[in-house]
Formats: sequence, structure tokens, C-alpha cells
Amino acid sequence: MTLSVRLRHTLPGFALDVAFDAPAGITVLFGRSGSGKTTIVNAVAGLVTPREGRIAVDDEVLLDTSVGIRLPPHRRRLGYVFQEGRLFPHLTVRQNLLYGRNFAPSRAPEAEIDRVVEMLGIGHLLPRRPATLSGGEKQRVAIGRALLASPSLILADEPLAALDDARKSEILPYFERLRDEGSVPILYVSHSAAEVARLATTVVALENGRIARQGPAVDVLGDPSVMPLGVRAVGAMLEAVVVAHHDDGLSELDAGGARLFLPRVPHPPGERLRVRIAAQEVMISRDAPTGLSALNVLAGTVETIRSGEGPGAIVAVATPAGRVLARVTKRSVAALELAEGVACHAIVKSVAIAPEDIG
Amino acid sequence: MDLLTPQEWSAVVLSLRVSFWATLVSLPVGVFVAYALARWTFPGKQLLNGLVHLPLILPPVVTGYLLLLTFGTRGTIGATLQEVGIVLAFRWTGAALAAAVMAFPLMVRAIRLSIEAVDPKLEEAAGTLGASRVWAFATVTLPLALPGVIAGAVLAFAKAMGEFGATITFVSNIPGETQTLPTAIYAFLQVPGGEASAWRLVVISIAVAMTALLVSEVVARRVARWVAGT
Repeated sequence: MTLSVRLRHTLPGFALDVAFDAPAGITVLFGRSGSGKTTIVNAVAGLVTPREGRIAVDDEVLLDTSVGIRLPPHRRRLGYVFQEGRLFPHLTVRQNLLYGRNFAPSRAPEAEIDRVVEMLGIGHLLPRRPATLSGGEKQRVAIGRALLASPSLILADEPLAALDDARKSEILPYFERLRDEGSVPILYVSHSAAEVARLATTVVALENGRIARQGPAVDVLGDPSVMPLGVRAVGAMLEAVVVAHHDDGLSELDAGGARLFLPRVPHPPGERLRVRIAAQEVMISRDAPTGLSALNVLAGTVETIRSGEGPGAIVAVATPAGRVLARVTKRSVAALELAEGVACHAIVKSVAIAPEDIG
Repeated sequence: MDLLTPQEWSAVVLSLRVSFWATLVSLPVGVFVAYALARWTFPGKQLLNGLVHLPLILPPVVTGYLLLLTFGTRGTIGATLQEVGIVLAFRWTGAALAAAVMAFPLMVRAIRLSIEAVDPKLEEAAGTLGASRVWAFATVTLPLALPGVIAGAVLAFAKAMGEFGATITFVSNIPGETQTLPTAIYAFLQVPGGEASAWRLVVISIAVAMTALLVSEVVARRVARWVAGT
């Protein structure tokens, strides 16, 4: 299924004019606050009526102002995960989860309920009321509630923004799972580079109500023209466990079997954390490097190579630690004879990993 | 019942019946009007708001007279109703209408406040999950506003129990038909030796009012706790 969106809308001091397609997977609407992300999602949900536009999921038209079609929100078959959860306080978790199911044209079978409850790990919360849940628990219930409405489209408006980092890393895997198993398009609003890097299949980068760049995540994130929007910070996202803290001020981490050395992190040994590595801080070597000051060397194979219009290219390297993006020149790609499937090493200086990229 | 004379007893029963029906019938209308005033913008909203509140400000005798003009047997609506067999003027049903009209502003105010306190974003969420406006109202807004609805209903009931001016103007003061507690007290005070009867009814009035308030307080608190889910 594919969601196609074309919108023109004006708000005081702000004009929105966008057109994009969201295929299966997660399409992240990325941009600074005020760039129009939430307005787009609310227009898709039917909570905002744009002045002009057409929104359709495959052949099903949700909105077409040229012929006067405007389905109300309750007939759009959505699953909307709001930033603040918006759980119904007077209903139990179980009743919240089943709320949308009562209205769905094809009711989700009991087995589906069990599956979603188990996937989100909320079985023990079912008899409770939202007021007694933690932020992360609320958001997991909100995700479950959206899923059980049997949506043909999932919308998520900064679903993690209200959560602390620990809770974020608790929720992110669920979206990853949805992305990887689902045929339903997910439209995901975020201004966090970390979330974009980790979740996006497709990125729509917005600037002042217009699309600055859109396309597959690796393309967009490697495009120099998107950098002013803050995508510069985007790069590889690795999950790692703290192994030890060394006397020389470095912390040793284990990322899928590979060793990473970072400037001292505050987390105790055994704690899981995420490390984001900006693409321009990564070098590539065909051979295992020797006599090199950089401490982090990740062996892997080239997954994709994307070339922009300028001299740069983005090489995605699959490593045991996860996918690492490297921004290198086209000349280097040619000199190293890099191609998909070629074995290589991604090299990162420890000090290149900024403290705010860890956590 | 030896404590009360038949006339006093009938006044008490009639008052309870009038207030019960006045509250019950006007409650759905009150909820609808409160919702419209809380959530919608439409032309004439201020006019509707004014009309609803008018009985609160007008002298009750004016409201009663206007009811008589409209719903009396020769009134515009009253004449039509009479043709289908409904007579309000000088009947207990008319007393209920007068009580309902007088209590309506209080009821609407309480319900409107509680609806305004419900986050419209929750209604939006219900909409995205497939609930139509009506369903979202019935399953989200109304349960969350329930403490205010109960408060509004009890307030209206108490006001209806005490309504005097509009009632006596519209349906007069006929023992057994339209003589409610307040009009009965008034009538007893007009005749020599009626003070004892008046006093008994005064005590009953106070007891009914206090009971209504206490019950509403307890129920509203319980419901509020249930709604909050803590």
C-alpha cells in the first residue's frame, strides 16, 4: 500500500505546499518545528482540512478538494499515535486497546489482540487505568490501540518526544518491528536526527512548508543539500552495551560483537545505549588498517553506494554492530573499487563521537 | 400518614413528581445545548446563550407570563398541543415545564463547564479510531463529563423543587393539581392558622434540599474518582 499526499494550505504567516508518496515502511517527515510536519499529518488524519489537495491510500481517496471528497476522520481507517498518547482516562488499558476494534469494518481476531499485547509487552497492564501508567507504558498502549483499529495507514506525530531517553529506546524497537513486518505505510513525524536515522525507510525533509528533499533514507541523509535542515547530524545508529571504563578516560562498548571505544560515558557497565555516528566522521578502508590512531574499526561489507550531484557519495556498510554510513568522495569510491558486497572496514575516531550523540 | 394533612402530603408528592419529570425531560436537551455551546461555533450562538440564561435574569413572573402566552390554551404552541390532547396550562405538566425552564440555565452552566473541561483532543483520538462524532460523544465526552452532568441535574432538581414565581403565574395554585411545596407554603401563610402547615412544609423543603445536595456531592465525587481512574 502507498499513501500519496498532495496539499496546499495556508495558515497565518505560513504556507504549506507539498507532494509526496509514502510507500510501505516508515516515511519520516523531518524538519524543524514550524516546518509543517504536524499540519500534514493532521490533514491526512482529517483533523485539518487543507485549502486544496488530494490524499489517497492506493485507490481509496480520503480527500480530493477538486471533486469535493472529504472523508471524516472516523472513516479513514487510521491508526494515529499522538505525541501525548491521548489514552481515554475513564477506560482500562484493555478497553483502550479495543476501542477502535469496535468500529473497524473487519474486526481484529482475538489472536491478533494477543499478538499485539505480547509484542508491546503490556499484558500485565490490561486491567489498569492510564493514570497509573508510566510515560513509556502509556505510549506502548497508544501504539497498540492504533494497531488494533486495523488501520490501512499508521500516523505517528513525534510519539517519543515526551519521553526520556531510556523510554525512547524502549519504544523505538516496536516501530522498527512495525516497519519490518508491516505492509501498512507509516507516516512518522520527527525532528530528531536519531529517530530518522534509526527508523526511516523514506525521508521527506521539510523546510518552511515545502519539501527540501525526499526519497529513500540513505539518499536523503547523504544529500549535502539537506544538511542545513539539521540532517548533518544523521548517520549510523548503533546499539551497544557498556563493557568497561578504562583509566585513560575511554569507555569500552560492545556493539554486536565489535568493540567501540568512546570518550568516557556516564552509564555503568552492562547498560545498553545507542551511539550515533555522523556519516562525515567515518572513513573507509579496504584492508584492515594498521598503524592508525583511530580506535574504532568495524569490519563489514558495502551495502549500498549513493552518489549525489557534488563530489560526495554515501557508502552504507553492513557491520556486525549495525549499518554505518560513511561520507566519502566519489574519487575514493573509484580508487578503492567499492561496490555492493565488497568487504571493507569503517573507521571512526573516538573523539568524533560527540557526547550528545550517545545515550 | 398522620404527620401531614392530605393537602400537605399532596403538595410534597406533587413537588417531587414535578421536579423529577422537569429534570428528566430537560436533561438530554440540556446536555445537547451545553455541548453545542461548549464545542461548536455557529451563527446565533450568543443568541442561544442569551435565551438559555434569560430565565435566570428575568423576573420569574415574566417567564411565567410568557409561558402562559405561548403554552396556554390560546397560545401559539399551546393551541396546537391542545389539538393533539396535551394541555399544559393549569396542569401539573405545566408546573413541570415552568420548573424545567427556570432550572435550565443552572443545568446548562454546570454541564457546559464539565464538557469544556474534557480535552477535545480525546474526541479527535476517538475519531481517528473510527468513532463518529455521536459515538465519540457517547463513549468519551459524556462519561468524562458525567460528574458535571450529575451536578447539573441535581442543581436543576433542587431549583425545580423551589420554583415559585413562574409556576404560580403559569399554572396557578390548585391543590392536588399544581400546588407544589413553595406555592402551598405561600397559600398556608395567606390563611389564619396556616403557620403550622407552612412550618412542616418548610422543614420538608430544607430536608429535601439538603439530601439532594449531599447525595449529589457523594455521587459526583465517586464518579469523578472513577473517571480519573486513580
